[in-house]
Amino acid sequence: MNLRAVKAIYMFEMMRTWRTLAQSIVAPVISTILYFIVFGAAIGSRITEVEGVSYGTFIVPGLIMLSVLNQSVSNASFGIYFPRFIGTIYEVLTAPISFYEITLGYVGAAATKSIILGLIILATAGLFVPLEIAHPWWMALFLVLTAFSFSLFGFIIGIWADNWEKLQIVPMLLITPLAFLGGSFYSVSMLPPAWQTVTMFNPIVYLISGFRWSFFEISDVPVELSLTMVGLFMLLCLVAVWWIFKTGYRLRD
Amino acid sequence: MQISNVAVVREEHNISMSVVIEINDLTKVYGDNLEALKGINLEIRRGEIFALLGPNGAGKTTLIGIICGIVNPSSGSARVNGFDVQKDYLKSRAVIGYVPQELTTETFESVMDTVKYSRGLFGKKPDAAHIEKVLRALSLWDRKDSSIMSLSGGMKRRVLIAKALSHEPEILFLDEPTAGVDVELRKEMWGVVRNLRDNGVTIFLTTHYIEEAEQMADRVGVIDQGQLVLVEDKDSLMRKLGSKQLTLDLHKSLKSIPKTVARKGLTLTNNGTQLVYSYDTKAERTGITALLNALSKAKIKFRDLSTSQSSLEDIFISLVEKKK
Repeated sequence: MNLRAVKAIYMFEMMRTWRTLAQSIVAPVISTILYFIVFGAAIGSRITEVEGVSYGTFIVPGLIMLSVLNQSVSNASFGIYFPRFIGTIYEVLTAPISFYEITLGYVGAAATKSIILGLIILATAGLFVPLEIAHPWWMALFLVLTAFSFSLFGFIIGIWADNWEKLQIVPMLLITPLAFLGGSFYSVSMLPPAWQTVTMFNPIVYLISGFRWSFFEISDVPVELSLTMVGLFMLLCLVAVWWIFKTGYRLRD
Repeated sequence: MQISNVAVVREEHNISMSVVIEINDLTKVYGDNLEALKGINLEIRRGEIFALLGPNGAGKTTLIGIICGIVNPSSGSARVNGFDVQKDYLKSRAVIGYVPQELTTETFESVMDTVKYSRGLFGKKPDAAHIEKVLRALSLWDRKDSSIMSLSGGMKRRVLIAKALSHEPEILFLDEPTAGVDVELRKEMWGVVRNLRDNGVTIFLTTHYIEEAEQMADRVGVIDQGQLVLVEDKDSLMRKLGSKQLTLDLHKSLKSIPKTVARKGLTLTNNGTQLVYSYDTKAERTGITALLNALSKAKIKFRDLSTSQSSLEDIFISLVEKKK
Protein backbone atom coordinates (compact mmCIF):
# COMPACT_ATOMS: atom_id res chain seq x y z
CA MET A 1 0.00 0.00 0.00
CA ASN A 2 1.21 3.50 -0.88
CA LEU A 3 0.86 4.80 2.67
CA ARG A 4 2.79 7.98 1.92
CA ALA A 5 0.26 8.88 -0.75
CA VAL A 6 -2.65 8.18 1.60
CA LYS A 7 -0.96 10.33 4.23
CA ALA A 8 -0.29 13.10 1.69
CA ILE A 9 -3.97 13.29 0.69
CA TYR A 10 -5.12 12.97 4.30
CA MET A 11 -2.81 15.70 5.60
CA PHE A 12 -3.58 17.99 2.67
CA GLU A 13 -7.31 17.68 3.36
CA MET A 14 -6.85 18.15 7.10
CA MET A 15 -4.80 21.27 6.40
CA ARG A 16 -7.90 22.81 4.85
CA THR A 17 -9.87 22.09 8.01
CA TRP A 18 -7.42 23.99 10.17
CA ARG A 19 -7.34 26.80 7.63
CA THR A 20 -11.12 27.08 7.67
CA LEU A 21 -11.64 26.34 11.34
CA ALA A 22 -14.63 28.64 11.73
CA GLN A 23 -16.47 27.06 8.82
CA SER A 24 -15.46 23.48 9.64
CA ILE A 25 -15.93 23.34 13.40
CA VAL A 26 -17.30 26.52 14.94
CA ALA A 27 -20.34 26.87 12.64
CA PRO A 28 -21.69 23.35 13.22
CA VAL A 29 -21.12 23.67 16.98
CA ILE A 30 -23.10 26.93 17.08
CA SER A 31 -25.90 25.30 15.06
CA THR A 32 -26.04 22.46 17.57
CA ILE A 33 -26.21 24.87 20.50
CA LEU A 34 -29.15 26.57 18.78
CA TYR A 35 -30.87 23.19 18.38
CA PHE A 36 -30.34 22.66 22.10
CA ILE A 37 -31.92 25.96 22.93
CA VAL A 38 -34.89 25.46 20.59
CA PHE A 39 -35.58 21.76 21.07
CA GLY A 40 -34.05 21.15 24.48
CA ALA A 41 -35.28 24.22 26.31
CA ALA A 42 -38.48 25.13 24.42
CA ILE A 43 -39.89 21.67 23.65
CA GLY A 44 -38.14 20.01 26.57
CA SER A 45 -40.16 22.13 28.98
CA ARG A 46 -43.29 20.35 27.66
CA ILE A 47 -41.85 16.84 27.22
CA THR A 48 -40.11 16.06 30.44
CA GLU A 49 -38.97 12.50 29.78
CA VAL A 50 -38.74 9.97 26.94
CA GLU A 51 -38.48 6.35 28.05
CA GLY A 52 -37.10 7.41 31.41
CA VAL A 53 -34.49 9.84 30.02
CA SER A 54 -34.89 13.62 30.30
CA TYR A 55 -35.73 15.11 26.91
CA GLY A 56 -32.66 17.38 26.81
CA THR A 57 -30.40 14.39 27.35
CA PHE A 58 -32.44 12.16 25.02
CA ILE A 59 -31.82 14.36 21.98
CA VAL A 60 -28.00 14.49 22.42
CA PRO A 61 -27.23 11.34 20.33
CA GLY A 62 -29.64 12.52 17.63
CA LEU A 63 -28.02 15.96 17.53
CA ILE A 64 -24.55 14.46 17.27
CA MET A 65 -25.72 12.14 14.47
CA LEU A 66 -27.40 15.01 12.64
CA SER A 67 -24.13 16.95 12.56
CA VAL A 68 -21.96 13.94 11.83
CA LEU A 69 -24.17 12.88 8.91
CA ASN A 70 -24.30 16.34 7.38
CA GLN A 71 -20.64 17.13 7.92
CA SER A 72 -19.46 13.74 6.66
CA VAL A 73 -21.37 14.19 3.43
CA SER A 74 -20.41 17.82 2.90
CA ASN A 75 -16.74 17.41 3.90
CA ALA A 76 -16.16 14.42 1.65
CA SER A 77 -18.17 15.73 -1.29
CA PHE A 78 -16.38 19.09 -1.20
CA GLY A 79 -13.00 17.39 -0.69
CA ILE A 80 -13.18 15.56 -4.02
CA TYR A 81 -15.39 18.01 -5.92
CA PHE A 82 -13.11 21.03 -5.41
CA PRO A 83 -10.02 19.49 -7.08
CA ARG A 84 -12.30 18.33 -9.89
CA PHE A 85 -13.71 21.83 -10.22
CA ILE A 86 -10.33 23.60 -10.32
CA GLY A 87 -8.65 20.81 -12.29
CA THR A 88 -6.02 19.74 -9.76
CA ILE A 89 -7.54 16.25 -9.69
CA TYR A 90 -5.20 15.45 -12.59
CA GLU A 91 -2.39 15.02 -10.09
CA VAL A 92 -4.19 12.33 -8.11
CA LEU A 93 -5.21 10.58 -11.32
CA THR A 94 -1.66 10.53 -12.69
CA ALA A 95 -0.05 9.39 -9.42
CA PRO A 96 0.68 5.73 -8.70
CA ILE A 97 -2.23 5.34 -6.29
CA SER A 98 -4.97 2.74 -6.31
CA PHE A 99 -8.63 3.64 -5.92
CA TYR A 100 -8.83 2.44 -2.34
CA GLU A 101 -5.79 4.51 -1.37
CA ILE A 102 -7.34 7.63 -2.92
CA THR A 103 -10.62 6.85 -1.17
CA LEU A 104 -8.91 6.18 2.14
CA GLY A 105 -7.09 9.54 1.97
CA TYR A 106 -10.13 11.66 1.14
CA VAL A 107 -12.75 9.73 3.11
CA GLY A 108 -10.41 9.25 6.06
CA ALA A 109 -9.88 13.00 6.32
CA ALA A 110 -13.60 13.77 5.96
CA ALA A 111 -14.52 11.15 8.55
CA THR A 112 -11.84 12.42 10.96
CA LYS A 113 -13.27 15.92 10.78
CA SER A 114 -16.77 14.60 11.45
CA ILE A 115 -15.62 12.49 14.38
CA ILE A 116 -13.78 15.46 15.91
CA LEU A 117 -16.90 17.54 15.41
CA GLY A 118 -19.11 14.82 16.94
CA LEU A 119 -16.88 14.68 20.01
CA ILE A 120 -16.87 18.48 20.33
CA ILE A 121 -20.67 18.49 20.20
CA LEU A 122 -20.76 15.72 22.78
CA ALA A 123 -18.53 17.78 25.07
CA THR A 124 -20.64 20.89 24.42
CA ALA A 125 -23.82 18.96 25.22
CA GLY A 126 -22.25 17.96 28.52
CA LEU A 127 -22.31 21.65 29.47
CA PHE A 128 -26.10 21.81 29.01
CA VAL A 129 -27.40 18.46 30.26
CA PRO A 130 -26.18 15.62 32.49
CA LEU A 131 -24.71 12.88 30.28
CA GLU A 132 -23.67 9.31 30.87
CA ILE A 133 -22.60 6.89 28.18
CA ALA A 134 -23.62 3.33 28.99
CA HIS A 135 -21.44 1.71 26.31
CA PRO A 136 -18.64 4.10 25.31
CA TRP A 137 -16.94 1.59 22.96
CA TRP A 138 -20.19 0.96 21.11
CA MET A 139 -20.73 4.70 20.96
CA ALA A 140 -17.27 5.11 19.44
CA LEU A 141 -17.91 2.27 16.98
CA PHE A 142 -21.22 3.75 15.79
CA LEU A 143 -19.65 7.19 15.52
CA VAL A 144 -16.72 5.93 13.46
CA LEU A 145 -18.85 3.68 11.23
CA THR A 146 -21.37 6.41 10.57
CA ALA A 147 -18.69 9.00 9.85
CA PHE A 148 -16.90 6.68 7.42
CA SER A 149 -19.99 5.36 5.64
CA PHE A 150 -21.51 8.81 5.13
CA SER A 151 -18.15 10.25 4.12
CA LEU A 152 -18.04 7.52 1.49
CA PHE A 153 -21.52 8.57 0.40
CA GLY A 154 -20.36 12.20 0.25
CA PHE A 155 -17.31 11.16 -1.76
CA ILE A 156 -19.64 9.56 -4.33
CA ILE A 157 -21.77 12.71 -4.46
CA GLY A 158 -18.62 14.81 -4.96
CA ILE A 159 -17.72 12.70 -7.99
CA TRP A 160 -21.25 12.57 -9.34
CA ALA A 161 -21.91 16.31 -9.02
CA ASP A 162 -20.94 18.38 -12.03
CA ASN A 163 -21.98 21.70 -10.54
CA TRP A 164 -22.24 23.37 -7.14
CA GLU A 165 -26.01 23.04 -7.03
CA LYS A 166 -25.88 19.26 -7.31
CA LEU A 167 -23.25 19.21 -4.60
CA GLN A 168 -25.66 20.92 -2.21
CA ILE A 169 -28.86 19.26 -3.28
CA VAL A 170 -28.33 15.81 -1.75
CA PRO A 171 -27.38 17.00 1.75
CA MET A 172 -30.19 19.56 1.70
CA LEU A 173 -32.96 17.50 0.18
CA LEU A 174 -32.03 14.04 1.38
CA ILE A 175 -29.76 13.88 4.40
CA THR A 176 -31.26 16.67 6.52
CA PRO A 177 -34.91 15.60 6.06
CA LEU A 178 -34.08 11.93 6.64
CA ALA A 179 -32.08 12.81 9.75
CA PHE A 180 -34.93 14.95 11.12
CA LEU A 181 -37.45 12.21 10.34
CA GLY A 182 -35.11 9.49 11.59
CA GLY A 183 -35.75 10.06 15.27
CA SER A 184 -33.15 12.72 16.05
CA PHE A 185 -35.55 14.52 18.35
CA TYR A 186 -38.05 11.80 19.26
CA SER A 187 -38.47 8.10 19.79
CA VAL A 188 -40.11 6.23 16.91
CA SER A 189 -42.50 4.75 19.46
CA MET A 190 -43.96 8.27 19.92
CA LEU A 191 -45.31 8.18 16.33
CA PRO A 192 -48.70 6.77 15.26
CA PRO A 193 -48.40 3.08 14.22
CA ALA A 194 -48.70 3.79 10.47
CA TRP A 195 -45.85 6.32 10.59
CA GLN A 196 -43.77 3.93 12.64
CA THR A 197 -43.91 1.48 9.71
CA VAL A 198 -43.02 4.19 7.18
CA THR A 199 -40.13 5.36 9.36
CA MET A 200 -38.56 1.91 9.22
CA PHE A 201 -37.73 2.56 5.53
CA ASN A 202 -35.55 5.46 6.61
CA PRO A 203 -31.98 4.10 6.95
CA ILE A 204 -31.01 6.87 9.36
CA VAL A 205 -33.44 5.52 11.96
CA TYR A 206 -31.11 2.55 12.42
CA LEU A 207 -28.05 4.74 12.91
CA ILE A 208 -29.65 7.04 15.45
CA SER A 209 -31.30 4.15 17.26
CA GLY A 210 -28.03 2.23 17.61
CA PHE A 211 -26.13 5.34 18.64
CA ARG A 212 -28.77 6.25 21.23
CA TRP A 213 -28.68 2.70 22.59
CA SER A 214 -24.94 3.10 23.27
CA PHE A 215 -25.83 6.09 25.50
CA PHE A 216 -29.05 5.03 27.29
CA GLU A 217 -29.62 1.34 26.42
CA ILE A 218 -32.91 2.29 24.78
CA SER A 219 -33.48 1.82 21.07
CA ASP A 220 -36.20 1.75 18.42
CA VAL A 221 -34.68 -1.29 16.67
CA PRO A 222 -32.32 -4.01 17.92
CA VAL A 223 -28.71 -2.80 18.06
CA GLU A 224 -27.54 -5.75 15.89
CA LEU A 225 -29.92 -4.61 13.17
CA SER A 226 -28.53 -1.07 13.43
CA LEU A 227 -25.01 -2.36 13.03
CA THR A 228 -25.98 -4.54 10.06
CA MET A 229 -27.66 -1.61 8.33
CA VAL A 230 -24.61 0.63 8.76
CA GLY A 231 -22.40 -2.17 7.46
CA LEU A 232 -24.67 -2.73 4.45
CA PHE A 233 -24.72 0.96 3.62
CA MET A 234 -20.95 1.13 3.82
CA LEU A 235 -20.63 -1.93 1.56
CA LEU A 236 -22.96 -0.38 -1.01
CA CYS A 237 -20.91 2.81 -1.02
CA LEU A 238 -17.66 0.87 -1.37
CA VAL A 239 -19.03 -1.01 -4.38
CA ALA A 240 -20.11 2.28 -5.95
CA VAL A 241 -16.65 3.82 -5.40
CA TRP A 242 -14.96 0.71 -6.82
CA TRP A 243 -17.17 0.99 -9.93
CA ILE A 244 -16.42 4.72 -10.28
CA PHE A 245 -12.68 4.15 -10.33
CA LYS A 246 -12.94 1.07 -12.53
CA THR A 247 -14.89 2.92 -15.20
CA GLY A 248 -13.41 6.37 -14.59
CA TYR A 249 -16.96 7.76 -14.26
CA ARG A 250 -16.77 11.57 -14.15
CA LEU A 251 -13.02 11.34 -13.47
CA ARG A 252 -11.41 10.18 -16.69
CA ASP A 253 -12.45 11.08 -20.23
CA MET B 1 34.10 19.66 -14.42
CA GLN B 2 30.37 19.76 -14.16
CA ILE B 3 30.00 20.28 -17.89
CA SER B 4 32.20 17.31 -18.73
CA ASN B 5 30.20 15.09 -16.35
CA VAL B 6 27.01 16.17 -18.01
CA ALA B 7 28.53 15.40 -21.40
CA VAL B 8 29.43 11.90 -20.26
CA VAL B 9 25.88 11.31 -19.00
CA ARG B 10 24.47 12.49 -22.33
CA GLU B 11 26.83 10.27 -24.27
CA GLU B 12 25.90 7.24 -22.22
CA HIS B 13 22.25 7.96 -22.89
CA ASN B 14 22.85 8.35 -26.57
CA ILE B 15 24.57 4.99 -26.66
CA SER B 16 21.80 3.16 -24.82
CA MET B 17 18.70 4.87 -26.15
CA SER B 18 16.30 2.06 -25.29
CA VAL B 19 12.60 2.45 -25.83
CA VAL B 20 10.88 3.85 -22.77
CA ILE B 21 7.36 4.37 -24.16
CA GLU B 22 5.70 2.12 -26.70
CA ILE B 23 2.37 3.05 -28.21
CA ASN B 24 0.57 0.55 -30.41
CA ASP B 25 -2.55 1.16 -32.53
CA LEU B 26 -3.87 3.60 -29.96
CA THR B 27 -7.29 5.05 -30.67
CA LYS B 28 -9.60 7.34 -28.78
CA VAL B 29 -13.17 8.10 -29.71
CA TYR B 30 -15.03 10.73 -27.68
CA GLY B 31 -18.78 10.31 -27.60
CA ASP B 32 -20.12 8.49 -30.62
CA ASN B 33 -17.95 9.65 -33.44
CA LEU B 34 -15.29 12.17 -32.49
CA GLU B 35 -12.09 10.32 -33.32
CA ALA B 36 -9.35 12.11 -31.41
CA LEU B 37 -6.69 9.48 -32.10
CA LYS B 38 -6.67 7.16 -35.11
CA GLY B 39 -4.32 4.24 -34.57
CA ILE B 40 -1.20 5.90 -33.20
CA ASN B 41 2.05 3.92 -33.22
CA LEU B 42 5.02 5.57 -31.57
CA GLU B 43 8.16 4.76 -29.64
CA ILE B 44 9.94 7.20 -27.34
CA ARG B 45 13.60 6.60 -26.59
CA ARG B 46 15.08 6.86 -23.14
CA GLY B 47 16.81 10.16 -22.51
CA GLU B 48 15.56 12.04 -25.55
CA ILE B 49 13.50 15.18 -25.93
CA PHE B 50 10.57 14.33 -28.14
CA ALA B 51 8.42 17.20 -29.38
CA LEU B 52 4.95 16.48 -30.65
CA LEU B 53 3.76 19.23 -32.94
CA GLY B 54 0.29 19.77 -34.18
CA PRO B 55 -2.45 22.34 -34.58
CA ASN B 56 -5.10 22.81 -31.89
CA GLY B 57 -7.37 19.77 -31.60
CA ALA B 58 -4.89 17.48 -33.35
CA GLY B 59 -4.88 14.96 -30.49
CA LYS B 60 -1.69 15.93 -28.63
CA THR B 61 -3.25 16.30 -25.19
CA THR B 62 -5.38 13.18 -25.61
CA LEU B 63 -2.27 11.13 -26.41
CA ILE B 64 -0.44 12.41 -23.34
CA GLY B 65 -3.60 11.99 -21.26
CA ILE B 66 -3.80 8.29 -22.12
CA ILE B 67 -0.18 7.62 -21.24
CA CYS B 68 -0.46 9.51 -17.95
CA GLY B 69 -3.79 7.99 -16.91
CA ILE B 70 -6.21 10.88 -17.32
CA VAL B 71 -7.91 9.56 -20.44
CA ASN B 72 -9.12 6.01 -21.09
CA PRO B 73 -8.12 4.72 -24.55
CA SER B 74 -10.78 3.25 -26.84
CA SER B 75 -8.42 0.57 -28.17
CA GLY B 76 -4.74 -0.20 -28.56
CA SER B 77 -2.09 -0.08 -25.88
CA ALA B 78 0.55 2.13 -24.35
CA ARG B 79 3.44 0.85 -22.25
CA VAL B 80 5.83 2.81 -20.08
CA ASN B 81 9.07 1.07 -19.10
CA GLY B 82 7.38 -2.10 -20.36
CA PHE B 83 4.32 -1.68 -18.10
CA ASP B 84 0.87 -1.32 -19.60
CA VAL B 85 -0.62 2.03 -18.60
CA GLN B 86 -3.94 0.43 -17.73
CA LYS B 87 -3.10 -3.02 -16.35
CA ASP B 88 0.12 -2.03 -14.54
CA TYR B 89 -0.77 1.59 -13.95
CA LEU B 90 0.89 1.76 -10.53
CA LYS B 91 4.25 0.87 -12.05
CA SER B 92 3.88 2.90 -15.22
CA ARG B 93 2.79 6.07 -13.41
CA ALA B 94 5.52 5.81 -10.77
CA VAL B 95 8.14 7.10 -13.24
CA ILE B 96 6.03 9.80 -14.90
CA GLY B 97 5.84 13.48 -14.15
CA TYR B 98 3.07 15.42 -15.86
CA VAL B 99 2.72 19.15 -16.38
CA PRO B 100 -0.72 20.00 -17.73
CA GLN B 101 -1.48 22.66 -20.28
CA GLU B 102 -3.95 24.55 -18.09
CA LEU B 103 -2.78 26.42 -15.00
CA THR B 104 -4.49 24.01 -12.66
CA THR B 105 -2.98 24.82 -9.30
CA GLU B 106 -4.29 24.83 -5.79
CA THR B 107 -5.36 28.25 -4.58
CA PHE B 108 -4.85 28.82 -0.89
CA GLU B 109 -1.94 26.46 -0.20
CA SER B 110 1.66 27.64 -0.13
CA VAL B 111 4.14 26.74 -2.85
CA MET B 112 6.11 24.56 -0.44
CA ASP B 113 3.06 22.67 0.83
CA THR B 114 1.74 21.92 -2.63
CA VAL B 115 5.12 20.70 -3.89
CA LYS B 116 5.59 18.49 -0.83
CA TYR B 117 2.09 17.12 -1.41
CA SER B 118 3.01 16.13 -4.96
CA ARG B 119 6.07 14.25 -3.74
CA GLY B 120 3.96 12.46 -1.15
CA LEU B 121 1.38 11.43 -3.76
CA PHE B 122 4.09 9.50 -5.57
CA GLY B 123 5.02 7.67 -2.38
CA LYS B 124 8.42 9.30 -2.05
CA LYS B 125 10.08 9.98 1.30
CA PRO B 126 10.18 13.66 2.27
CA ASP B 127 13.39 15.19 0.94
CA ALA B 128 13.82 18.83 1.88
CA ALA B 129 17.12 19.11 -0.04
CA HIS B 130 15.56 17.92 -3.29
CA ILE B 131 12.54 20.19 -2.93
CA GLU B 132 14.86 23.13 -2.29
CA LYS B 133 16.93 22.24 -5.36
CA VAL B 134 13.83 22.11 -7.55
CA LEU B 135 12.41 25.36 -6.20
CA ARG B 136 15.73 27.14 -6.61
CA ALA B 137 16.15 25.83 -10.17
CA LEU B 138 12.75 27.27 -11.03
CA SER B 139 13.37 30.56 -9.20
CA LEU B 140 10.60 29.79 -6.72
CA TRP B 141 12.60 29.48 -3.54
CA ASP B 142 11.96 33.08 -2.50
CA ARG B 143 8.21 32.48 -2.89
CA LYS B 144 8.09 29.11 -1.16
CA ASP B 145 5.80 30.37 1.60
CA SER B 146 3.54 32.42 -0.66
CA SER B 147 0.04 31.19 -1.34
CA ILE B 148 -0.35 30.10 -4.93
CA MET B 149 -3.13 32.54 -5.66
CA SER B 150 -0.71 35.40 -5.06
CA LEU B 151 1.61 34.24 -7.86
CA SER B 152 1.70 35.45 -11.46
CA GLY B 153 0.72 33.15 -14.33
CA GLY B 154 4.36 32.47 -15.18
CA MET B 155 5.13 31.54 -11.60
CA LYS B 156 2.13 29.24 -11.44
CA ARG B 157 3.46 27.52 -14.53
CA ARG B 158 6.77 27.02 -12.71
CA VAL B 159 4.91 25.64 -9.69
CA LEU B 160 3.32 23.03 -11.96
CA ILE B 161 6.76 22.05 -13.22
CA ALA B 162 8.12 21.99 -9.65
CA LYS B 163 5.28 19.68 -8.62
CA ALA B 164 6.07 17.32 -11.48
CA LEU B 165 9.79 17.35 -10.65
CA SER B 166 9.28 16.96 -6.91
CA HIS B 167 8.98 13.19 -7.23
CA GLU B 168 12.04 12.78 -9.47
CA PRO B 169 10.36 11.37 -12.59
CA GLU B 170 12.25 9.41 -15.24
CA ILE B 171 9.88 10.68 -17.90
CA LEU B 172 8.46 14.19 -17.94
CA PHE B 173 5.40 15.11 -19.97
CA LEU B 174 5.06 18.79 -20.72
CA ASP B 175 1.81 19.73 -22.37
CA GLU B 176 2.34 23.11 -24.00
CA PRO B 177 4.83 24.09 -21.27
CA THR B 178 5.38 27.64 -22.40
CA ALA B 179 1.89 28.56 -23.58
CA GLY B 180 1.19 32.13 -22.50
CA VAL B 181 4.66 32.54 -21.05
CA ASP B 182 6.82 35.55 -21.91
CA VAL B 183 9.93 35.12 -24.03
CA GLU B 184 12.39 35.47 -21.16
CA LEU B 185 10.67 32.88 -19.01
CA ARG B 186 10.25 30.60 -22.02
CA LYS B 187 13.99 30.58 -22.62
CA GLU B 188 14.57 30.02 -18.91
CA MET B 189 12.27 27.00 -19.04
CA TRP B 190 14.05 25.62 -22.08
CA GLY B 191 17.21 25.75 -20.00
CA VAL B 192 15.53 23.80 -17.19
CA VAL B 193 14.26 21.19 -19.66
CA ARG B 194 17.67 20.79 -21.31
CA ASN B 195 19.26 20.39 -17.90
CA LEU B 196 16.77 17.64 -17.06
CA ARG B 197 17.53 15.86 -20.31
CA ASP B 198 21.24 16.17 -19.54
CA ASN B 199 20.54 14.37 -16.29
CA GLY B 200 18.87 11.50 -18.09
CA VAL B 201 15.20 12.48 -17.89
CA THR B 202 13.17 11.63 -20.98
CA ILE B 203 11.10 14.61 -22.09
CA PHE B 204 7.90 14.38 -24.08
CA LEU B 205 6.55 17.79 -24.91
CA THR B 206 3.71 19.02 -26.99
CA THR B 207 3.85 22.45 -28.46
CA HIS B 208 2.58 24.56 -31.23
CA TYR B 209 5.58 26.85 -30.92
CA ILE B 210 7.76 25.54 -33.73
CA GLU B 211 10.69 27.45 -32.31
CA GLU B 212 10.38 25.44 -29.12
CA ALA B 213 10.68 22.14 -30.95
CA GLU B 214 13.43 23.47 -33.16
CA GLN B 215 15.44 24.67 -30.17
CA MET B 216 15.02 21.71 -27.89
CA ALA B 217 13.88 18.49 -29.54
CA ASP B 218 16.00 15.53 -30.50
CA ARG B 219 13.10 14.06 -32.44
CA VAL B 220 9.95 15.59 -33.75
CA GLY B 221 6.53 14.09 -34.36
CA VAL B 222 3.78 15.83 -36.25
CA ILE B 223 0.19 14.93 -35.44
CA ASP B 224 -2.81 16.18 -37.36
CA GLN B 225 -6.46 15.15 -37.07
CA GLY B 226 -5.54 12.26 -34.75
CA GLN B 227 -2.91 10.75 -37.03
CA LEU B 228 0.85 10.85 -36.76
CA VAL B 229 1.95 12.41 -40.01
CA LEU B 230 5.65 12.06 -39.34
CA VAL B 231 8.23 11.07 -36.72
CA GLU B 232 11.82 11.91 -37.47
CA ASP B 233 15.10 13.05 -35.93
CA LYS B 234 14.85 16.80 -35.97
CA ASP B 235 18.18 17.39 -37.67
CA SER B 236 17.67 14.75 -40.34
CA LEU B 237 14.13 16.00 -40.88
CA MET B 238 15.38 19.47 -41.49
CA ARG B 239 18.09 18.14 -43.76
CA LYS B 240 15.73 15.88 -45.62
CA LEU B 241 12.81 18.15 -46.07
CA GLY B 242 14.40 21.52 -45.77
CA SER B 243 15.57 23.42 -48.79
CA LYS B 244 18.24 26.09 -48.54
CA GLN B 245 18.29 29.55 -50.01
CA LEU B 246 21.36 31.29 -51.37
CA THR B 247 20.91 35.07 -51.33
CA LEU B 248 23.18 37.26 -53.42
CA ASP B 249 23.25 41.02 -52.80
CA LEU B 250 23.90 42.49 -56.23
CA HIS B 251 26.29 45.31 -56.91
CA LYS B 252 23.85 46.87 -59.40
CA SER B 253 20.13 46.24 -59.55
CA LEU B 254 18.67 44.23 -62.43
CA LYS B 255 15.40 44.74 -64.28
CA SER B 256 15.13 41.03 -65.03
CA ILE B 257 17.20 37.87 -64.85
CA PRO B 258 19.27 37.44 -68.03
CA LYS B 259 18.38 34.33 -70.06
CA THR B 260 21.89 32.92 -69.66
CA VAL B 261 21.51 33.03 -65.86
CA ALA B 262 17.82 32.13 -65.46
CA ARG B 263 17.12 28.69 -64.01
CA LYS B 264 14.69 26.84 -61.82
CA GLY B 265 14.65 28.15 -58.25
CA LEU B 266 16.19 31.52 -59.04
CA THR B 267 14.19 34.67 -58.36
CA LEU B 268 14.94 38.36 -58.44
CA THR B 269 13.74 40.18 -55.32
CA ASN B 270 14.07 43.37 -53.32
CA ASN B 271 13.62 45.76 -56.29
CA GLY B 272 16.11 43.82 -58.36
CA THR B 273 18.94 44.11 -55.83
CA GLN B 274 18.88 40.48 -54.65
CA LEU B 275 18.97 37.13 -56.37
CA VAL B 276 17.56 34.26 -54.28
CA TYR B 277 18.35 30.75 -55.35
CA SER B 278 16.49 27.86 -53.64
CA TYR B 279 18.23 24.53 -53.83
CA ASP B 280 17.79 21.08 -52.42
CA THR B 281 20.49 20.16 -49.92
CA LYS B 282 19.84 16.47 -50.57
CA ALA B 283 20.29 16.70 -54.34
CA GLU B 284 23.45 15.30 -55.89
CA ARG B 285 24.18 18.67 -57.41
CA THR B 286 22.98 21.86 -55.82
CA GLY B 287 23.63 23.97 -58.90
CA ILE B 288 25.48 26.66 -56.94
CA THR B 289 28.73 26.39 -58.90
CA ALA B 290 26.89 26.54 -62.22
CA LEU B 291 24.95 29.58 -61.06
CA LEU B 292 28.08 31.42 -59.91
CA ASN B 293 29.81 30.60 -63.21
CA ALA B 294 26.82 31.90 -65.18
CA LEU B 295 26.80 35.13 -63.15
CA SER B 296 30.50 35.59 -63.79
CA LYS B 297 30.05 35.09 -67.56
CA ALA B 298 27.15 37.54 -67.58
CA LYS B 299 29.38 40.01 -65.66
CA ILE B 300 26.90 40.33 -62.83
CA LYS B 301 28.80 41.20 -59.69
CA PHE B 302 27.59 40.74 -56.12
CA ARG B 303 28.68 42.40 -52.91
CA ASP B 304 27.69 39.72 -50.43
CA LEU B 305 26.15 36.29 -50.22
CA SER B 306 24.40 34.31 -47.47
CA THR B 307 22.55 31.04 -47.09
CA SER B 308 19.52 30.20 -44.97
CA GLN B 309 17.62 27.01 -44.29
CA SER B 310 13.89 26.30 -44.09
CA SER B 311 12.64 26.44 -40.51
CA LEU B 312 10.73 23.64 -38.86
CA GLU B 313 7.70 25.87 -39.19
CA ASP B 314 8.00 25.80 -42.99
CA ILE B 315 8.30 22.02 -42.86
CA PHE B 316 5.38 21.67 -40.48
CA ILE B 317 3.12 23.88 -42.58
CA SER B 318 4.06 22.03 -45.76
CA LEU B 319 3.30 18.67 -44.11
CA VAL B 320 -0.07 19.72 -42.75
CA GLU B 321 -1.00 21.47 -46.01
CA LYS B 322 0.03 18.41 -48.03
CA LYS B 323 -2.23 16.21 -45.92
CA LYS B 324 -5.18 18.50 -46.53
